[in-house]
Amino acid sequence: MEPGTRRQGRGSAFWWDEAGEDLVRRRQNRLPPPPHPFQTSLQFDGVTRYDEWFVTSLIVADGRCQGVTAIEIRTGEMHSIGAGSVILCTGGGGRVYPFTTNGNIKTGDGMALAYRAGVPLKDMEFVQYHPTGLRGTGILITEAARGEGGILVNNEGRRYLQDYDLGLPLDIKDPNHPHKRTMELDPRDRLSQAFIKERAAGRTFQDPDGDYVHLDIRHLGERTIDRKIPMVRELAVRYVGIDPVNQPIPVRTVVHYMMGGIDTDINCATSLPGLFAAGECACVSVNGANRLGSNSLTEILVFGARAGVAAVDHAGQVPPPSRQLLEAARRAEQARLEDTLFQRNGSGETVAGIRADLQRSLEEGAGIFRDQQALERTCAIIAELKRRYQSLALADRSQTFNTELIAALELGAMIDVGEAIAHSALARTESRGSHQRTDHPHRDNDRFLKHSLAYRGEGDPRIGYRDVTITRWPPSERVYGNV
Amino acid sequence: MSQELTRPLPRTWWLKKASYFLFMIRELTSLAVFAYALLLILALWTAGADASFSTFLNSPVSVWLHVVVLALALFHTGTWIALTPKVMVLWRDDERVEPDLIAGVTAILFLMVTGGVLWLTLA
Amino acid sequence: MSDQTVLEVHRYLPDEDAEPRFQSYEVTYKEKWVVLDAMNHIKAEIDPTLSFRWSCRMGICGSCGMMVNGEPKLTCETFIRDYHPDTIKVEPLTHFPVVRDLVINMEDFMEKLPSVSPWLIPAEDEPLEDGEHQQTPAQVAQYQRFSMCINCMLCYSACPVYGLDSKFTGPAALALAQRYNLDSRDDGHGHRADAVTAHEGIWESTYVGECTQVCPKGVDPAGAIQMLKLSYALDWAKSLVMPRGGRT
Repeated sequence: MEPGTRRQGRGSAFWWDEAGEDLVRRRQNRLPPPPHPFQTSLQFDGVTRYDEWFVTSLIVADGRCQGVTAIEIRTGEMHSIGAGSVILCTGGGGRVYPFTTNGNIKTGDGMALAYRAGVPLKDMEFVQYHPTGLRGTGILITEAARGEGGILVNNEGRRYLQDYDLGLPLDIKDPNHPHKRTMELDPRDRLSQAFIKERAAGRTFQDPDGDYVHLDIRHLGERTIDRKIPMVRELAVRYVGIDPVNQPIPVRTVVHYMMGGIDTDINCATSLPGLFAAGECACVSVNGANRLGSNSLTEILVFGARAGVAAVDHAGQVPPPSRQLLEAARRAEQARLEDTLFQRNGSGETVAGIRADLQRSLEEGAGIFRDQQALERTCAIIAELKRRYQSLALADRSQTFNTELIAALELGAMIDVGEAIAHSALARTESRGSHQRTDHPHRDNDRFLKHSLAYRGEGDPRIGYRDVTITRWPPSERVYGNV
Repeated sequence: MSQELTRPLPRTWWLKKASYFLFMIRELTSLAVFAYALLLILALWTAGADASFSTFLNSPVSVWLHVVVLALALFHTGTWIALTPKVMVLWRDDERVEPDLIAGVTAILFLMVTGGVLWLTLA
Repeated sequence: MSDQTVLEVHRYLPDEDAEPRFQSYEVTYKEKWVVLDAMNHIKAEIDPTLSFRWSCRMGICGSCGMMVNGEPKLTCETFIRDYHPDTIKVEPLTHFPVVRDLVINMEDFMEKLPSVSPWLIPAEDEPLEDGEHQQTPAQVAQYQRFSMCINCMLCYSACPVYGLDSKFTGPAALALAQRYNLDSRDDGHGHRADAVTAHEGIWESTYVGECTQVCPKGVDPAGAIQMLKLSYALDWAKSLVMPRGGRT
């Protein structure tokens, strides 16, 4: 999380002082940036890292998870690592879509590992599109830009969110602007949906790389921009050649986060004893059908800790895995790769080709607005991609730092994740949060106040349901724009 | 494990980039300063008693030598002045005092001291 | 042809041959592209065997460092249009052993980093009940710049001292030591002394200053090292006068 990020509605703490405020407040203590987590982890001798070892499978025996197999990327050697407990924190899978804020490594690897071990993936249809990705690259322009008062305007110069039941715009000079739960501070799913509708109405700016709208932060002034959201300025200048002090930033919706993931309980335990998951790869669910800004950080802090505690507790209660088990798993995994990716002859299929087809099909069928026909087509394409993947052969046969191998393994995970998303979305014939069906535009609490559960099958996944646990706040109408 | 490739730094590394070259000149200025210090000590030792040494000191070669050493010393001093804001980081609340200001003040102090020494020696 | 870009890319495949070589790739010139875009295009469409590291493509993960026409750069921030129509030479970061193609062995840095204890060392045990740390903006400003390091190691490639002696602790690690020394929540200045003032620590730096020049995040490691020299030298001087106290 970069400095200055706010939860929607000025909730999160941040340390930059307000522009133009008086000296007394400037001296006030605030919560500082947290120390670097990786650097902090270095002090614990009990932690051993295996840098650039890529996990290829979970070792499951006696009904529980007992470790992992992993390739040491540098040498291509397959290893087994035995464990009393395994925690997956592999992040989301935004790279299954063609336009995403996510880095290259976010391919849903951990989700696929659990899925293949029989653990269901929960609520996979809920994919968050962030409203402000930079035109062209999809690089994230933080919500903090809107938190500071940035506004979204279409090609007519209009703050179009007012046309979508998201409130009425305050003047940007009004001291109450921006007001929480209105306009630009409304939830991401609603903002992204508004963008799509504006685009359909021809009110977005056109560009071969993808249509966009303007995020205008000029009125914040250079001082506020440099102190509160300096990275926004840097990124805009560098990647689109625009200085947001003088010009509005071209932005559009971009895949950003997966609310769904590996089904866990409140202690991060999955249905497979010994397997835990936390963070974006998991779905407790903390975020429901749409995540609010900064809650991903809360999630990893709270549930990372809970997973650790639960994992230690479990590991203390089970015997260590046997050497024979680990060696057998290692040999089996090595053979699996040798007999497939390394042995096949060229079939014309490439990692890049299958990957591009997967990404395109998900964007077309499982994007912001979905319908049955498009989803069925996407599901069919993915089934075909699964078949094509079986004939994929590596061009790179080297054992030394083979990145094509890793990309191929990641592609396998992406196909699994994409399948879970598409089939879960097809089965949910209602609209809720980030899952919007044009053929079923309303929320249906009678049938769908439930989490979806995607179970891997021989062919298509099986979709099951589980009631949502309601404790304190029953669902109500989503109303925004109360000024 | 496969053999890793090592690429040792060539001896001529400092010729590859202007900034590396200037760095080497800066380091070599210390030799010039050292050599001149020896010359000064020799001059003090002989205290004008050695005729050939005095002749040498007055020769055109010597003058050019002094010009070169002065240039190198000034270059060295310039880099030292530029360094001061790096070690003397001053703050006005949460804003850093402009580094150029610190370097500028150092430069002025240097000129004042130099001026003072010149005045003392030439007066 | 001015609508083409040629990349001369360093290849090293230890399984196949002992010698490195350059492979030339031609791609369509795209005004918006960075070098990383071209590399990804090559891997996807021309040569899947080309190996290199990358991830975020926005200059924050530090993975994609390579030599571009002899200068250490983050290839996700290096625009092709700034070189066009010249040929672009891409090589692995200098001063590191090469595993394959553009991939370097960075274990040396991964050992150097923990050696300077880059974590908060509080003066005393702090139970959770005491609540959060608080800092004023002025306190944060003290160390903020040095905390921007993304561990991309361009500074190690630029540093001739590290090139000549790989035992040198190096710019990024030392800058991070200073980052923690300047943090008001930290009391580890004394703890870090051994690592920082060792022969291969700050005293091996001769302030070439190239590290600061190439740093993509404006960390100024050269400045951090000079500050460390002053601060630990003053410590030493004080320890002569006041053997039991006096840290800077």
